[in-house]
Amino acid sequence: MTRLAFYGIDAIHLEERDELLPGRLIVIEGTDGVGRSTQLRLLRPWLESSGYAVVDTEMTRSKLVGAGLKQAKEGHTLGPITLNLFYATDFVDRFESQILPALRAGFIVLTDRYIYSLMARALVRGADPHWIRSIYGLALKPDAIFYLHIGVEDLIPRVLQRGGFDHWESGMDMRLGADLFESFVNYQTSLLAQFDAMIEEYGFEVIDASQPVASIAEQLKERVLPLLPQG
Amino acid sequence: METYGLHRYPGRLFIVEGVDGSGKSTQIALLRQWLISEGYAVFFSEWNSSALVKKTTSRGKKKQLLTPTTFSLIHATDFADRTEHDIIPPLKAGAIVLADRYIYTAFARDVARKVDRQWVRELYQLAVKPTVAFYYRVPLEVSLSRILTGRTELKYYESGMDLGLSNDPQESFKMFQERIVNEYEAMVDEFGLTVMDATLPIPEQQRRMRKIIRPYLQGVRRIRSSAQESAWAGLAREMRPSHPDIHVRGK
Repeated sequence: MTRLAFYGIDAIHLEERDELLPGRLIVIEGTDGVGRSTQLRLLRPWLESSGYAVVDTEMTRSKLVGAGLKQAKEGHTLGPITLNLFYATDFVDRFESQILPALRAGFIVLTDRYIYSLMARALVRGADPHWIRSIYGLALKPDAIFYLHIGVEDLIPRVLQRGGFDHWESGMDMRLGADLFESFVNYQTSLLAQFDAMIEEYGFEVIDASQPVASIAEQLKERVLPLLPQG
Repeated sequence: METYGLHRYPGRLFIVEGVDGSGKSTQIALLRQWLISEGYAVFFSEWNSSALVKKTTSRGKKKQLLTPTTFSLIHATDFADRTEHDIIPPLKAGAIVLADRYIYTAFARDVARKVDRQWVRELYQLAVKPTVAFYYRVPLEVSLSRILTGRTELKYYESGMDLGLSNDPQESFKMFQERIVNEYEAMVDEFGLTVMDATLPIPEQQRRMRKIIRPYLQGVRRIRSSAQESAWAGLAREMRPSHPDIHVRGK
């Protein structure tokens, strides 16, 4: 059962409706290119073969905003505050139309990123901390948050292997360096600092992402097991 | 990022609020004409008009994808885009910005939709606090008759049909508008809205609006002299025997 606990104001009124959420909400967090999706790809079939119904969700995939946000990011007029709110709309749409119904139906919800990535990105872009936290205060506290932790020096070879530096993952909307690489290093360094600052406050379970994929997967399974119904 | 009440810009921001049919748009259009004729640089921003966000909003409305919370958020996104592009830069440049509807519209509508009152106020912390916020107060019967006469169709979200108040769009619209009016009335003190009597004749309302605004125009730079002054200057130029503006071509 996912408890009805929130970081801030329960703006969706779940408490008022006395919602029962027999599912589990499991979050994988971490920066760009750290290997979150690889881990989720391993976790899902494992859970399913153990008989659990699994739903996964990731950012910018909402029915409402997905397309509009993608289009807005391709232009050159998207300001930082607008970007933050676009992401927030995307998140809440997925929260209300994917995550909540799945939790109500008793699914294991695996989410690739949650509010933490969104807040970290916003804070790096100069958002007021109180403001951004209030907005995401409506989110349910997950049953577990696994944070794939990595340093920039270990992140670089991964990103190179994956095909190089992406515009947004390098924070090029802020141009934090002379070129893509420099901006990537500066952007990811600030982003990681924001993530690290959240570890204690939000109770992240830290997993060292510089280890081999298989050993991370083992640790994740080990920690997910006790969270499952009749686990 | 600066939050509500903390922005310090040389420009001025005047906004109008009120229910549909209160006549606020007429008033701000008249004010705009007057300010332009007085020689000020005037920018105008309308609710729900961001080119970047519009498509998403209309898709959400058309397909009825919006919950009260996402309805609130998508409008806030629209507002953020206008704040970042149409409101803050001109205010920094010392211009006058006029807005037809502002954050109080969101507070009234979203809370009428049962979005948490405090949460939606936090959401709009990004807004610049207006120099003067006018609230055009009108009895509900008057605004309803202004809107409903000649209207055959009310839109789904416009009439608050998403709230399930009534199956009849007209009835739902009335109930929804009543909630909105109650929210506006509660905000008069909370945000220091300047209440205007929207039942007065249009010219009288406009006269009062200009009177309230005039003291705030002190120190605002004009980009050219007022229409009246330039008319006099033009006349004086024409009266002069040798016209300095006429140059001999092909010299």
